Amino acid sequence: MSEKVFAERAARAVGVGRRRGVGDLLLYVPLIIFAIIFVFPFFWSVSSSLKPPDEILSFPPTLLPSVPRWSNYVRVFERAPFARWILNTIIVVVLATLGAVLSSSLVAYSFARFRYRGRDLLFMITLGTMMLPAQVTLIPQYILWSKLGFVNTLLPLFVPQWFGGGAFNIFLLRQFILTIPREFDEAAIIDGASRFHIFRAILLPLCVPALMTVVIISFIANWDDYLTPLVYLNSEMQYTLALGLSLFKNYPETGGEPLQHLLMAASVMTILPPVLLFFIAQRYFVQGIVMSGIKG
Amino acid sequence: MTDGVLPARTGRSTRPLLASLVGVNTMMQARDALWGYVFLLPWIIGLVVFFLGPIILSFLLSFTKYDVITPPQFVGLANYETAFTGDDLFWPSLWRTFEYSIVVVPVGLFGSLLLALMLNRGLPGTGFFRTAFFLSTLTPAVALALLWSWILNPDIGPINVALRAIGIPGPGWLADVHWALPSVILINLWGSMGGNTMLIFLAGLQGVPQELYEAAAIDGASGWARFRHVTLPMISPTFFFNLVLGVIGALKVFTTAFVVTGGNGGPNYALWFFALHIYQQAFSFFKMGYASALAWIFVVILLAFTYFQVVLSRRWVYYAGGDE
Repeated sequence: MSEKVFAERAARAVGVGRRRGVGDLLLYVPLIIFAIIFVFPFFWSVSSSLKPPDEILSFPPTLLPSVPRWSNYVRVFERAPFARWILNTIIVVVLATLGAVLSSSLVAYSFARFRYRGRDLLFMITLGTMMLPAQVTLIPQYILWSKLGFVNTLLPLFVPQWFGGGAFNIFLLRQFILTIPREFDEAAIIDGASRFHIFRAILLPLCVPALMTVVIISFIANWDDYLTPLVYLNSEMQYTLALGLSLFKNYPETGGEPLQHLLMAASVMTILPPVLLFFIAQRYFVQGIVMSGIKG
Repeated sequence: MTDGVLPARTGRSTRPLLASLVGVNTMMQARDALWGYVFLLPWIIGLVVFFLGPIILSFLLSFTKYDVITPPQFVGLANYETAFTGDDLFWPSLWRTFEYSIVVVPVGLFGSLLLALMLNRGLPGTGFFRTAFFLSTLTPAVALALLWSWILNPDIGPINVALRAIGIPGPGWLADVHWALPSVILINLWGSMGGNTMLIFLAGLQGVPQELYEAAAIDGASGWARFRHVTLPMISPTFFFNLVLGVIGALKVFTTAFVVTGGNGGPNYALWFFALHIYQQAFSFFKMGYASALAWIFVVILLAFTYFQVVLSRRWVYYAGGDE
């Protein structure tokens, strides 16, 4: 028995994989079934988005379009101010993400490297805000923005991100800065560097992996956000993609043309950017999620 | 918490005034502390303007009648009284939210754990499967809802077509009073099971020391016994973390139900969840005072659930590193 264990341990030590049995092979059955369950809806929406309108209603439905109709994607832009929605979304996502990265890293630096009265209490309060349901702060925030006259502008969607960038990002970056040896800071202090210089020239470059995580999480969160645009935006030229997409169905029919294929084309275009970003920066994204769960 | 972070309090009288104000000993440290406050400034403003201020304001508003245009009117506890006794949708929306959560939380948690366990075997192709499972989480909630209302289309959706092919008449799904809630549960499970929860479980599983499994194998423990007595206790902190987040997330259910029904709550209010109830009161009827009262009831419910989970966790969560 112990010989076997030793053999296994030795095998692992020299990099030989774990022994595979029939059980492991059988595991591919549920893995493949789940993969189909998770991927099929994407396949179905891409396939639907390329069908001509009559084929979309044909019965029984076809798995693939007989001839892919790429013009559906062009029709989306003619049908609704889709290009404008994309532009609005990009403005919001870029400004929100920039604000989140800049301000949350500065705040995280303060929490991780300075000693002052109230720091730990403030940090606990920061973590506490993560528990808070959006509904309870949403109403007063809405009143604030409406008194300032900024309802139906993009400002409420990104300005708050410039003031701390949210508890989760602060927490993530603070944890990361704590892993960087303090000796780096101290050496720079002896050389006469200012506190801000230490942040900009020493800590920020070392934080790049964590900052990437913040960028990705912030990009996806703002790209996907539905509740905030729903509350603040009410004219179609101000819509973001998520909001416009949900109201796309309501666009006036032109000549009784069925909409489903266009709706799916619009959905595919909305899904694509976060998915592409994930593929490009998968490593950072997974790290960030895992870091939040492990070091809780 | 502050022990060991702040210096000992002896010699307070000899400290410079500024230093004692910011909780340090010397002027050098005080200058440093001021820099700390400067870097913290954006968040202090954000905390006050976007969190603490709104929380206090919404608490005060909950005792008023307020439509944003005319000044708020103090009405005492009337809003809370209306919620508990005079609002036909209050209790039903709350129960619907619980019904939803009681299915989504356990199925979602064990589903995610199951997926993570399969990936944790490290078979060739694991990266592919992990990405395939994770894709659904990257789908924006609006697109997710639209995608699934198309798949669940009662007449030409692929699910009902497949059911019809084997002789089962498919239900009306989102359009059916009895099937609307199960449909939304299905959609949101699909959208979350392979996501962050699964990744966190996977990390938790990879943190279990191999030696424990080897020791258990030497003792002759079967596969199930190893899972039950090694894996489960070792990942219980991860499980707890996912459970707390899962319950909060489930109780806040909103977007999917809003998009598939166009905000009207579905057939016979079958998808009128509590978060939708708050939203409608605030932004369709502009009853800001009443909606604030509902939001505060919501906060109390969320806090109560989280508190009970923390208390109960002492019975089943095992921290390998001792008290943390």
